[in-house]
Amino acid sequence: MTSELFIQYLLAGITYGSIYAIVAIGFNIIYNTTGIINFAQGEFVMFGGMIAITLLQFMPLPLAIGLSVILTMIIGAGIEICFIRWLKAPSVLRLIIITIGISILSREVAVHIWGESIRSLPYFVGNEVSSISIFGARISPQVLWVVAASALMFICLGIFFKTTSVGREMRACASNRKAATLCGINTENMVTLSFVLSAGMGALAGCVMSPITYSQYDMGTGLAIKGFTVAILGGLGSSGGAVVAGLLLGVIEAFSVSVVPLAFQDAIAIAILLVILFIRPQGLFGSKEASALKEF
Amino acid sequence: MALLEVKQLYKRFGGLHAVTDVSFSVEPGQIKAVIGPNGAGKTTLFNIISGTFPATSGSVLFQGKELQGKKPYQVAALGMARTYQNIKMFSGMTALENVMVGCHVQSSAGFLSSMFRMPWIWREEVAIRERSMELLTLLDIAEHANTDASSLAFGQQRAVELARALAMKPTLLLLDEPAAGLNIYETAEVGRLITKIRDLGITVLLVEHDMSLVMDISDEIVVLCFGEKIAEDLPAAIQQDPEVIKIYLGED
Amino acid sequence: MKRLLPILPLLACVIGIQIVCSGTDTLYYLTQMTMAAYYSLLILGLCVLMGYAGQISLGHAGFFAIGGYISAGLTTHSLVPFKDNGLIRFLDSTGLLLSGQTLYGEELLVISPGLACAVAILSAAVIAVFIGIPVLKLKGHYLAMATLGFGIIIYRVVLAVEYFGEADGISEVPAFPLFAGLSVNGNFGDRVANYYIAWGVLLLGLILLLNLIDSRVGRGLRGIHGSEEAADAMGVDTARFKLQTFVLSAVFAAVAGVFLTHYNGGIGPSEAGVMKSVRYVAIVAVGGMAHLWGALLMGIVLNFLSLRGVFGSYDDAVFGSILIVIMLFAPNGILSISFRHRLTRFFTKGKQEKGGGA
Repeated sequence: MTSELFIQYLLAGITYGSIYAIVAIGFNIIYNTTGIINFAQGEFVMFGGMIAITLLQFMPLPLAIGLSVILTMIIGAGIEICFIRWLKAPSVLRLIIITIGISILSREVAVHIWGESIRSLPYFVGNEVSSISIFGARISPQVLWVVAASALMFICLGIFFKTTSVGREMRACASNRKAATLCGINTENMVTLSFVLSAGMGALAGCVMSPITYSQYDMGTGLAIKGFTVAILGGLGSSGGAVVAGLLLGVIEAFSVSVVPLAFQDAIAIAILLVILFIRPQGLFGSKEASALKEF
Repeated sequence: MALLEVKQLYKRFGGLHAVTDVSFSVEPGQIKAVIGPNGAGKTTLFNIISGTFPATSGSVLFQGKELQGKKPYQVAALGMARTYQNIKMFSGMTALENVMVGCHVQSSAGFLSSMFRMPWIWREEVAIRERSMELLTLLDIAEHANTDASSLAFGQQRAVELARALAMKPTLLLLDEPAAGLNIYETAEVGRLITKIRDLGITVLLVEHDMSLVMDISDEIVVLCFGEKIAEDLPAAIQQDPEVIKIYLGED
Repeated sequence: MKRLLPILPLLACVIGIQIVCSGTDTLYYLTQMTMAAYYSLLILGLCVLMGYAGQISLGHAGFFAIGGYISAGLTTHSLVPFKDNGLIRFLDSTGLLLSGQTLYGEELLVISPGLACAVAILSAAVIAVFIGIPVLKLKGHYLAMATLGFGIIIYRVVLAVEYFGEADGISEVPAFPLFAGLSVNGNFGDRVANYYIAWGVLLLGLILLLNLIDSRVGRGLRGIHGSEEAADAMGVDTARFKLQTFVLSAVFAAVAGVFLTHYNGGIGPSEAGVMKSVRYVAIVAVGGMAHLWGALLMGIVLNFLSLRGVFGSYDDAVFGSILIVIMLFAPNGILSISFRHRLTRFFTKGKQEKGGGA
């Protein structure tokens, strides 16, 4: 393998990996505040991309993306308020089935609005053929957009959780919901907020990735599986772990192109997921002690 | 030979020493009690003996066989039954069915033979049903046999749980706070019941808070405090033991 | 014996439907009833796994596909090129192979449906054991994701492997002769016979499962669902029981897959899709999880309606909505007592308010 090709693969891996990481962080935000794995996480990404593509007919690109993110956040809030908020002590099985149902309904709504065709946003800068050279490898500038947007989201999220009072309240809610309630934090609103945040992140990821990976009504399930794999790999609930694991999965997938037939590409993530669940459900970086408290 | 031998048992949860160097033995036909204040490690001790989780070190011998490393269902199959402090009924099943689950180790029907209802399964089913009814009658709750167990009154659930444990035909019965949540009359009733069980030839090891019950019925008492054994003697001697009195009545 | 009594009215219904359909010249309904019966067989198995053993599986379409695809592959792919292989010669001499001619007059040699069926079901069972041992150690979300992952892998495999016909699936699967001249096939003339074969298989499955539930094993399983810790302390080997139930439900799914594939004369990758698995879970949930009769009823009704195309292009949306609505308002199924209570309360309250207004 030439060094150019190597870098080409590596950059492709990082691009996809940063998207997986963002989806995984979306899982983590909701999991941390509620203990729910939101099976409809991938649909946020789909909505983000699809809504932006539609809005683009009426307004310039930055505005379309911004509005799309906001609309998806509203959808996220709506989902939480309609289907989750008022349940009293629901069982895990019930929540799994509800979020799966939401995922199916979102997909069906999408297919009835946008049809089955594959769409995409235009490249933010330049077009399909424009490229820039990094260490001899030629890549699309969109790749930089994806990586930069993901990094920005990661950093902003960190600042939000560390420095703002709402962020601190959400963390309190994550570590002990009952105690947080007793401290006067409105935990119900925190849960809604976690859905809003995670929907917004997913939507933005859906927009920046759309020019490269395209958007389609049924892209959610695949992304959700990969995002979940990354979340588990990095240790469920850990954002830093999700970034490392996301990049890892992206790079593994990119380099496996030369070994694994294309049809089985998607199976790689699932195989990794199964292996990690069987041998190390606390994730690569999670500690055994802490995971003993979780229910696997 | 002692029926149950606990040797130098240690259990740590992170930095917490729940059980430290506890040794004692239970002779066949005895009623032995483990007492101690809250957080003394009594339930932890029970959970180790019944295989719910492993000890950090030490050993538990039952009829001469090492129990450490065995799963709860394997311990049960060896003839040890237990009840729980916070009763664990099988919800959604009737009282009778609960007791019938207790007959599990005493019967052998597997997946295929159950599905195809082999003739010997018929006979086994009838025997299980009869035996379970007998036990419910013994514990005076036969009239509730077909009631959903989780909707029974607390005391009745206790009785069903006991019947369920007895259905296992155990050699050793572990009772975790059998009088918890009961009033004085019910407690006295439980005391008589435990003696009756002992007279059936079943050895009893119980953890208990209620001193009057323990003093009345036990043959021997082990006192735990902060995970350590501080005394082991006859009830009369325990009552006089200055250290035990200090723990129970507090220091001045 | 009491538990088996409701089978009699069910049998009467089955026969009644056939008589009405034959009398009114609407035999085409029987086709969907036959297919619905096979799907319901899978759903019964899944019901025991989810409702009684308490383990969710989002990958049961995978087992259905394993059964259907293996049986279809073995009975359609010609073994002529391997004719000189020792194993093939041996199978041929024992009568386990069928020879004939293709439409174009070429020589054809395939494995007999009986052997193919056995191989298919055995494969599903073996795969279930290997998947089940690690997967069933997981709980909740992890179990759901792991079984979903398994389902997707099977879907990818059938979609990517040439032997399984890739996106086209396998067609021209031959009839599956059973006994006494009966055979599982989609021929026009055998429609009534096949209707009864399907219902016979389904009722047999139902009886076996009803027996199982009301036995030592069934009580053990329900005990696990009630309190796993206590069941364990009663001597119930919970890990083993869960695994056996998982394998049992996989076998039910594979049997359904084999029969339906021979009935339809083919199988396509959509049978292995995630949506199918989710749909089965939805039906079990509607029926009330631990409720074989509910699962059976809902399995027949919903599959029949879906196969009739009643839901049109909203088919998946309907099942998605069913999942959400049931889980929100009647997590124990629409036949559960608490739900019926709520429903009557809801309506009587509505009446009272109306009465007050008037």
